[in-house]
Amino acid sequence: MNKNIILYGTILIFGIAAPFIFPAFKVQLSILCILIILAITWNVQGGEMGYNTFGNILFYGLGMYLCASVQVGMFFPLGEWTEGGGEKTFVHTPAQFFQGFAVGLAVAAVVPAIIAGLIGYSILGLRGHYFAICTLGLGVAAGEISGGIEIIGAGQGFTTPPFPNVDRLEARGEFFYFCSFIVLVFTFLAVKAIYSTRFKLVLNAIRDNEDKAEAMGIQTMKYKIIGWMISAFFCGLAGGIMGGLVGYIDSTDVAFDGREMGVFMVLMAILGGKGTLWGPVIGATLFHIFKEGFWTFFLGWQYVALGVLIVVIVIYFPEGIMGWLREKYPERFGEVVDEADRKAQVTLK
Amino acid sequence: MLTLQAVLDGLLLGILFALIAYGMALQWGVMNIINIAQGDLVILGGYIAYFMYLYGIHPAWGVIVSPIIMYFVGVIIYKLVINKVVDRDLFISILATFGISILFMQLMNFAFGADVVLANSGYGTTMLFDNSVTLPNSKIFSAFISIVFAIGLVIYMKKSKLGRAIRATAQNARAAKILGVDTEKVYAATFGINAALCGVAGALISITFTIHPYMGLPYTIRSFMIVIVAGLGNLPGVAMSGMGLGVFEEFADYILGTEFRIGSVFLLLVLILVYRRFKLSRKREYLK
Repeated sequence: MNKNIILYGTILIFGIAAPFIFPAFKVQLSILCILIILAITWNVQGGEMGYNTFGNILFYGLGMYLCASVQVGMFFPLGEWTEGGGEKTFVHTPAQFFQGFAVGLAVAAVVPAIIAGLIGYSILGLRGHYFAICTLGLGVAAGEISGGIEIIGAGQGFTTPPFPNVDRLEARGEFFYFCSFIVLVFTFLAVKAIYSTRFKLVLNAIRDNEDKAEAMGIQTMKYKIIGWMISAFFCGLAGGIMGGLVGYIDSTDVAFDGREMGVFMVLMAILGGKGTLWGPVIGATLFHIFKEGFWTFFLGWQYVALGVLIVVIVIYFPEGIMGWLREKYPERFGEVVDEADRKAQVTLK
Repeated sequence: MLTLQAVLDGLLLGILFALIAYGMALQWGVMNIINIAQGDLVILGGYIAYFMYLYGIHPAWGVIVSPIIMYFVGVIIYKLVINKVVDRDLFISILATFGISILFMQLMNFAFGADVVLANSGYGTTMLFDNSVTLPNSKIFSAFISIVFAIGLVIYMKKSKLGRAIRATAQNARAAKILGVDTEKVYAATFGINAALCGVAGALISITFTIHPYMGLPYTIRSFMIVIVAGLGNLPGVAMSGMGLGVFEEFADYILGTEFRIGSVFLLLVLILVYRRFKLSRKREYLK
């Protein structure tokens, strides 16, 4: 217990101090926070519940569009804003910007969760790879369709409101960093709290054998929908912040970017270790460092590297870092190990 | 008349889709793998025909050359990646082939450029019904070739020794192994044949439509959809649902507009899956 408090305290202090220690990396640090949120929420769905999805990108993109639309639409006509494109005929005052962003984030979190609840009954009845492909289709369809809707900018994209001119130049990076960091802490604590309840056990039961769980009297569908809504809630929040951070929303390249973000979140969770609390955090951090290294040094070859990385991780490292550690040091994970038994198992393999 | 045009276009297009879906059904049935890179194999086959066209060879020869090259590409992919995911969880194979798909997309983008290209066959067009319906001869040609290849493959699977081994492995891989079938070789050949079919389809697509490095995923989704509608190993069903999908797409194109074409394909996939899920849940079963 004591050790945990020291660990969390150190991470929290480091998180708060990070933008001041590395002022040049503020945007990267905010993106890292967003990636960790996405990996954690994917893990609720894919790792704990066993429903491997490519579709969380749907909620991420929805959150992005919703947050920006609300932020603009609260004060100005949305259609004229997007039609203006880059030209700024309307300018948010600082108060309007922050009010709009706060309301936008709330909408960006709640609406995707409601949508997940509505479509959950139909989609979550699918299992295994049908579910994976169905959600892949949902994500791509959302991207293609939102690229045809005029009021949110269609093909030419949606420029989110620029950060208002407050007196300090640094303020924008710090604002978005702390937004994402606070949401990250909130997500982590919420998921940690969820993982200590019966709810997580139900999710694990669904993952291990859904038919049996149903036979034991668990209303699996209810739990699956709630699990998906939790994922959608945090994905929407992350998307909303990312929209403000990037400053420009394109339907297929930024919001519903199944080829990048949609795969990243799966990959990060698998790299760190599915079905663990810390796995996605570690996986996302390593992945982000690796990605940034590649993206700068091998410009243009990043997707080639990404493809190879996916294949290598999936084939040779499907258990992830936490899974590997667990196999190596099972005592640290609270498992009682009989040494003779363990050796016998190893030889059996 | 627009309706008739759309129906004919859709049917001819659908035969092509059915050819790709046939390959997918084959390797799904035999190896239990869903290949997300299917569409990218198609596009790669298309580029082979396109390059023949660039070097002055008539692109219709691509129908012969492209499957031969693609067969070896398929076998190499199998040896490098697929044989490590055959017996594993299906999601692993989906992710691994998704990685291959991204890799192929980007490599093709580097090698061939990001332009939309087509290989001009110079076959002209046929006018029907008082010039109210226009059918490019290349589409008729491609539909004809697809049918020839599909029938040829069916006969090959029925008669040849390898075909029998493939069918035996699909029924029960372990029993086939015991009875002396080299399943590893069978898997490699299956994946190669699948890639070769993709090569044929790609060459035909480069003649009749356009190809672009990033256009692969819709072809994967279409073939997946056709296979789940028709079921594994149901060849007439694959042909019928392929043509149905082609007609649906042409109508979606006319009614909703071209920008919603791909989106409607993906939405249709979701709708079909949800429909089947509700239909099966009445019997307390599920898709698996």
